[in-house]
This record gives sequence, C-alpha cells and structure tokens, in this order.
Amino acid sequence: MTVIPAFRHAPTGIPGFLAAALTFGAFVLGWKALVVVGGYPPFILPPPEQVAARFVSAWADGTILPHALRTLFEVALGFGVGAGLALVTGYALARLPLAERLLSPYLVAAQATPILALAPLLALWFGPGLTAKIVICALIVFFPVAIATMVGVRAVDARLLELARSLRATRWQIVTTLEVPAALPAIFGGLRVGVTLAVVGAIVGEWAGADRGLGLLVNLARGALFDIPLMFATLLTIALLGIGLYGLVVLVERALVRPR
Amino acid sequence: MTSAGANASPGRIELRDVAVSFPVGLDERLVALDGVDLVVEPGELVALIGPNGSGKSTLLRVIGGLLAPDRGEALLDGRPIAGSDAKVGLVFQEPRLLPWRTTEANVAYPLELAGRPAPEIHGRVADLLRSMRLEAAADQIPSQLSGGMRQRAALARTLALEPAVLLLDEPFSALDELTRERLNLELLELTERTRTTVVLVTHSVQEAIFLADRVVVLSARPGRVAAEILVELPRPRSLGDLDAAVVTETARAIRAHLAEPDTTEAAA
Repeated sequence: MTVIPAFRHAPTGIPGFLAAALTFGAFVLGWKALVVVGGYPPFILPPPEQVAARFVSAWADGTILPHALRTLFEVALGFGVGAGLALVTGYALARLPLAERLLSPYLVAAQATPILALAPLLALWFGPGLTAKIVICALIVFFPVAIATMVGVRAVDARLLELARSLRATRWQIVTTLEVPAALPAIFGGLRVGVTLAVVGAIVGEWAGADRGLGLLVNLARGALFDIPLMFATLLTIALLGIGLYGLVVLVERALVRPR
Repeated sequence: MTSAGANASPGRIELRDVAVSFPVGLDERLVALDGVDLVVEPGELVALIGPNGSGKSTLLRVIGGLLAPDRGEALLDGRPIAGSDAKVGLVFQEPRLLPWRTTEANVAYPLELAGRPAPEIHGRVADLLRSMRLEAAADQIPSQLSGGMRQRAALARTLALEPAVLLLDEPFSALDELTRERLNLELLELTERTRTTVVLVTHSVQEAIFLADRVVVLSARPGRVAAEILVELPRPRSLGDLDAAVVTETARAIRAHLAEPDTTEAAA
C-alpha cells in the first residue's frame, strides 16, 4: 500500500482513530484549563461545553445551516473553476517553455499579493453576491494546483514517453493514458492544499462583504449579535467544513490513484 | 491499419549511408553514426555488437522511426521510415511498464492505443499471457513482479501488435545470468517459430552468436559497420551448441573486429 493514509497508525501501535480521539480530548481539556485558570469571561474565551451547547442549538434552530450551505456552495464552485483552470495551465507550463516564461511572473505576483488585500477590490467589482467569492476561491486554489500539475507532468519518465511514441500514441492518448495517470499523485497533493485554501478564500470573500455565509456569521456574532459562543460555534463549523472537504479529496484520490 | 496487415509485410530493412548526430553544447555535434550501410532480410536475426558509444541503440531508434537520420536513407520494405510503424516493435533495455497498470493492462496497452475492439484485446492478451507464461501475474502490478517477469511482460506487450520486425535493445542485459539464458531460449524459440525479422543490440558475443544468423560489428564512435560475420550454427539451436567449435571460431572473429579501433588508434 503506497497510498498515503489520512491517519497513520501511531508508532506505539495505538489505532489511528484512538490516537486522534486522545489528541482531541487533550485539546479540549487544555482549553477548559485555560478558561478556569485564566478566569476568562465567556465574551473573551467561552469554555468548550458552552461552545458545544451553542454549536448544537445554532444548528438545531437553523441559525448556521443557510450560511454553511452558502459557503459550501461558494467553495465547491470556486474550487471547481480554480482547479479546472489550474490543471490546464499547469499542463501548459510543463510542456510549453514559452508559457512558463510568459505566465509565471503573473502567477507568482498573483500568489504573493495577499488575498485579504484583493478581497475588498473584488467585492467592489462584483458586488456582495456569489461571483466575488467564486473569483477569490478560484484565485487562491489556482496556484498550488497549477504548480503541482506542472511538477507532476514534468516528472513523467521520458522513457515511458518514448515507449508511447514507439507505440504510435497520439498526443491526446499520451495525455490521457500516460501523463495524467503518472502525474495524478502530485496533482492530488495540490488539490489537498487547494481545497483547504478554498475555504479560506470563501470566508475572506464573505468578510469583505456578503449577504450570507459563515464569514458573515462570524462578523455578525462578533458585532451586531455579540454572541461570542456562536462565533466559536461558527469557527468550529468552518474547521469541520475544511476537514470534511479535505477528507473527500483524499477519498477521491484513493479511488483514482492506484498503488504503484 | 488492419490486424492482418502487420503479418502480410515481409519486414525487410535497408539502411543506406545513414548518419546521425546529436547537439552537445552550443555549436558542437556528437556524431553517433557515420555512413552505416546495412540490409536485414525478412526473417533474419541480426545481432548488433560494438563498444560503448558505437551508436547501437541509436541505429535501432532510426529503424524504429524514433530518430530521423541527418543523412542517408532508412527503408522498411522499400519505403522510407517516417515515424513509428505498426509493423515494428521495440523492446527496450528496461521493461518500461506503466507502474499503475497490471501485467494484463500493460500488455493490452498497445492494442488500446491502436483502437482495437475490447473483445479482440481480451482474447489477444489472454493468448500472449499464456504463451509468455505470465497468466499467474496477470493481475499484479510491475512492482510485484521479478525482473525476468517484467521483461517478459514488456516482450509480450511488443508482440501484441504482431510486428513483422522486432527491435531489441539489450533486452535482457539487466537480468541475472540464469534468467537471461532462459529468456534467450524463449526468444530463440519464438523467432524460429514466427520468422520475424529481428535486430538485437547486445554487449555479449556469446549471446550474439547463440541467437543471430549474422553478427554486425560496429566500430567505436562514430559508429560504422566494421564487419559482418555469418554464424554458421544450424537451427534449431540449443544451449549445448555454445560448446561447438564453430562458436569459438566465430567469437574469435568478432572479437578481432571489436578490438580493431584500439589497434588503429595505437598505430596512429
């Protein structure tokens, strides 16, 4: 088995899920200890049980759901658009030397400009609706996926390419039967990074102006509602969304990438 | 291209004054082959032997259509070679199996690329796996196979398109002596049965004599045909033939030509 599992067995032989549960327990205990020892009021740092209770009630009464759905929608669309464009661009970067010379300065510049600084501009251009968030998500996903694709395609064994030529494979057959399968582990490395960044992109986009979404809810809970436990419950939702999407990418990877 | 087309052609190779060079650095070119003349008759098995850098593999790539010569003509059945031809099958020094494909899927690869219908692929692959004794390894991926099995899978893959010409680039050189001997026997049996035209690049004088009808000795860089030596060992051959007197004589003749570049250099 050469596919990297999401959770490896701990070196002591403790099953992975147990190790994960133990670290989570330690995290919650540490949090509780911090609240008790530091004597923080709930509007600075609510204790874990209060956050848990608020998390449950806010999901039960439908406070979080519409915002979570909106954010999920933005992430899915933005990730799809960004990763799709990045795959094509990454391939071009790998195979056309001119493309790399022309495009890479812009790619690096776009990546080096903080998305936080771009978000208000994009909100100004595209308004408070979906478009601005999708653009931001796509932007933030683009770079890691494009670079991973480029590296993966460049690493394809030249001897296998010669073999394919000797078997009279067409350009498109080489892409589909050789280059893409060979680069797939690297591409999925980029997708794993990209999907978590997509969540960041959506939240930042919503922060800069939105009528719905988890980023907006964080802002609302902190400001107008002054419901700090709700803010924490929203942060927890964002984290779970990230973990869930990451896990989904890992599942797709396991289905597509054969052991080799 | 039809499935019968490959077998219908005799597979005669003709090289006239072939020269190949590669760019090294900015202005320099390394001359790998310079004026090679060679004819391989249909069904003949020719071994190419020569020192390192004599352009043996380069010559094979010219015949396989992977390299265009700078000068001269390369003909297959009277037609200029332009790009890879379905009639020509190449086996490389390394197996070059796709690491994510099973043995079965690797052998099926050329048939898929050629757009053959699935039932035909299935039947053909099953036949090949059986004849190459790879049935047990059908569902295994290359990293699970031994070196000998990998190279046998590579050979099966090349045979999938029923080539009239088989080009072998030191196909068994990375294997241990025993495996190599066994695969050479299988190759011998295969070529005696199918009468395929074969050009084999090898480093081993013994292997060349054992397998070939004719041994072509290339000179050191730039490669030229230094000598052509007929192997007068009757077929079918067996491993015991390697002790025959004719083998010793032929080996001596080949070695004399292999040593030639050094002596001329010393004289000059």
